Amino acid sequence: MAMNYIFPLWPAYPELFLLVMVCVVLVADLFLGDENRIVTYALTQATLAGCLLITYFMATAEPTYTFSGMFVADLMSDVLKLLVYIAVMVILVYARPYVAARGMFRGEFFGLALFATLGMMIMISANHLLTLYLGLELLSLSLYSMTALQRDSAQATEAAMKYFVLGALASGMLLYGMSMLYGATGTLEITRLNEIIFSGGGNNVVLIFALVFIVAGLGFKLGAVPFHMWVPDVYQGAPTAVTLFIGSAPKLAAFAFIMRLLAQGLGGEQLVAEWRQMLIVMAVLSMAIGNITAIAQTNLKRMLAYSTISHMGFVLLGILSANVNGYGSGMFYVMVYVLMNLGTFGMILVLSRSGFEAENLDDFKGLNARSPWYAFLMLLLMFSMAGVPPTVGFYAKLSVLQAVIDAGYTWLAVVAVLFAVIGAFYYLRLVKLMYFDMPVDAAPIKPRLDVGVLMTLNGLAMLVLGIMPGWLMKLCMDSIQVSL
Amino acid sequence: MSPAFPLLSLAIWVPIVAGMLVLATGGDRNAPGARLIALIGAVLGFLVTLPLYFGFDPNAGGFQFERAVPWIESFNVNYHLGIDGISLLLILLNSFTTVLVVIAGWQVIRERVAQYMASFLFLSGFMNGVFSALDALLFYVFFEATLIPMFIIIGVWGGPNRVYAAVKFFLYTLVGSLLSLVALIYLYNVADGSFSLLDFYRLPLPLPAQILIFLAFMAAFAVKVPMWPVHTWLPDAHVEAPTGGSVVLAAIMLKLGGYGFLRLSLPIVPDASHYLSGFVIALSLIAVVYIGLVALVQSDMKKLIAYSSISHMGFVTLGIFIFNVHGAEGAVIQMVSHGFVSGALFLCVGVLYDRLHSRQIADYGGVVNTMPVFASLFMFFAMANSGLPGTSGFVGEFMVIMGAVKANFWYAALAATTMIFGAAYTLWMYKRVIFGAIANARVAGLKDVDMREFLVLGMLAVAVLAMGVWPNPFADVLHTSVSDLLSHVAQSKLPVQ
Repeated sequence: MAMNYIFPLWPAYPELFLLVMVCVVLVADLFLGDENRIVTYALTQATLAGCLLITYFMATAEPTYTFSGMFVADLMSDVLKLLVYIAVMVILVYARPYVAARGMFRGEFFGLALFATLGMMIMISANHLLTLYLGLELLSLSLYSMTALQRDSAQATEAAMKYFVLGALASGMLLYGMSMLYGATGTLEITRLNEIIFSGGGNNVVLIFALVFIVAGLGFKLGAVPFHMWVPDVYQGAPTAVTLFIGSAPKLAAFAFIMRLLAQGLGGEQLVAEWRQMLIVMAVLSMAIGNITAIAQTNLKRMLAYSTISHMGFVLLGILSANVNGYGSGMFYVMVYVLMNLGTFGMILVLSRSGFEAENLDDFKGLNARSPWYAFLMLLLMFSMAGVPPTVGFYAKLSVLQAVIDAGYTWLAVVAVLFAVIGAFYYLRLVKLMYFDMPVDAAPIKPRLDVGVLMTLNGLAMLVLGIMPGWLMKLCMDSIQVSL
Repeated sequence: MSPAFPLLSLAIWVPIVAGMLVLATGGDRNAPGARLIALIGAVLGFLVTLPLYFGFDPNAGGFQFERAVPWIESFNVNYHLGIDGISLLLILLNSFTTVLVVIAGWQVIRERVAQYMASFLFLSGFMNGVFSALDALLFYVFFEATLIPMFIIIGVWGGPNRVYAAVKFFLYTLVGSLLSLVALIYLYNVADGSFSLLDFYRLPLPLPAQILIFLAFMAAFAVKVPMWPVHTWLPDAHVEAPTGGSVVLAAIMLKLGGYGFLRLSLPIVPDASHYLSGFVIALSLIAVVYIGLVALVQSDMKKLIAYSSISHMGFVTLGIFIFNVHGAEGAVIQMVSHGFVSGALFLCVGVLYDRLHSRQIADYGGVVNTMPVFASLFMFFAMANSGLPGTSGFVGEFMVIMGAVKANFWYAALAATTMIFGAAYTLWMYKRVIFGAIANARVAGLKDVDMREFLVLGMLAVAVLAMGVWPNPFADVLHTSVSDLLSHVAQSKLPVQ
């Protein structure tokens, strides 16, 4: 019996491998001097590459449950995990020169990054409220510490404090909601939860109360209005390399979180009707406040924080359609968003150098004159964020709008479109600064070779995926289809 | 040439690939190379469109040179191309204009030459894409993609107030097109998951839905045309854009709007088109008359021509929405003719601007004394703009007025005032700039057009004259397509009760 509990073990191989490797990395790092820190970096990248291979070759279409139904591996988890690995690997490449120039190129940075990755993987594969919460906390605690990694920066410390306090509050709400769910249904297992609610079990009033707390908690984690206050401050305060981390891969985990909890656990018809209303309000407010406030920002990181909020509004639009099409489009949107975000923050890192943070909009002035190629890549990223074809950002918006209209909310699509136009304004402003203005900073832009190559791939991916978006869309739809 | 040969794809991708090659030449050190590749690309791009004309069967209905390849399968989107007579003419016009624009910018543009040339080549490819797309999403993608190069063209090489103009241009058009995207997605859902325009044509739709869809389409196309009162971006964009940008903007980008009405609005929502035709006609007539008067008082030559464009495009929308063969055919001819004439006028202003760096009418006078060849070419285009018989400007306007008389005498009467206003503002400007005593020392020092400028203006003059004296080659390919379209529009698509 005790043996059966953890069998089959293979669905959790990537997590186990990663856990072992984090320990190896941390221990190995103790024996390395600063001049050999590159070994830690290489080990970290190798670990992620190893996870990537394991997940890729272990991938199965059918959901497989293990640990007595607390853990699941399905197509959705595999796809999301693969992108998480890739995102973290890219983040580490982009971040390396930046953290090295600021004295953060130490074992802790890599250890925390790996623990955060582990947390995301557990969230993505959770089929039990406790597993879900465990993964979430592992991720969040790693992120809080990463934010505060630059010890002598008052700004970073303040951001970490704010992040921690509000994050803890959100976790508390989630936990409270989960306990109510347990009280109403007597189970913490997500698939069981769905069955019990479907068969009419559970007190409806308690369930709805639970729902309110859970949606509020999710809103915090996702950074949707009105639970968004931490986002701009943390984005601005954290070291850019960490902002890059916070803004990208965890969004994939947050999406999985919503899928597992709302779509799989609470996806019964009467409950969908309840949380859909909340999501509509959150989505509209996120798009409105995110886009309008972003216009007023002069700090690029802050502007991107508000832009993130508006993008999360779009993701919520996909989810609230509450069918395969809608969830699939939400997943596609998140994946595209992560790629765009990686490129954009990566570009800020490329322009930053020792003792100089390229975090104001004006730092991008005249980029075309300084480096036409990086300006072009940034142009692709910005038009993709704005959702202009032929970049992939357009297809992300298209698929979400299609799902929303299909679900009968044409007015929501019109609202979304109008806010997208407002959003286009501030992305255009960045293009304007790069192309139409004269440079104020003449420092040459010479990133390391690996950063340059990845940046190029990242920017061109906007265009290539924009010309051939079909396979990724299909992959998302299939994942959702299998997992629901 | 075998019918399977992908001519339309070539028309789209030859300029785009050429644009990439031009970009690859890098900085301004290699500017001569960039210019040469751009010219070769543009000429090749034009040459590949010629077989389209000669292989086109003017008597066959429907779409020709059709090709469909699955593109985004999860959305059932196809890379579906095909043209009828209307698209054929616009594709030819577009590819022809691109050659001219490349030559016109040969010496004038000295900074970031590669990016300038590449932008125009990309633009040309995208616009050919719009004109040949038979899949709504493909249409939309190309339609929107044109914004990016144009935004860059206006913003980088434009005049002092270029940033304002570029952003205004972009946002104005984006609002409209995103609304039309919502309409297209709605249609996709109603059509059971198909983005094919041909499926949309067959789709029965109740009147309220048709009206909403029509208004959404109109938001996109009216801004592009541009119709009064959403025209205000055009004078700004034109004044600030470099000469090449103005030419492409006037000659082709505005046509995307008229083309959109013909390809999407009319056949997809015919009942709403009839229902709201009075509204569109009213706006068109306001554009023709009121904007004509506005043009009269302009002191900036480019602005004057920009307003004249709006007024002439009013003719196009008028012709489209009176629903008869003369009107619709006249509208298309007018679009092509306006492409030649307004393009030529912007080039003429460009010639003056390159020399004196002023577009103010007051800074000129007596130019004929120093630039006689230029003065005569300019004269010819000014006449064409006022609709003189024997030039292309006359044919389109005459046909639209003829169509309008059949629909309602007063439409025709109001529209015909353009003949007067058009002549007034164009010739008055011409008189002040070209005739009279030499205004100042700078005018006295002007040099006449060189070979390159003469070549560009000369080619346009030939086109304008040819189309004016012998419009049949242009009109012939239109007959079947236009009557097909009109017979389709005449059928109600309301669901049978």
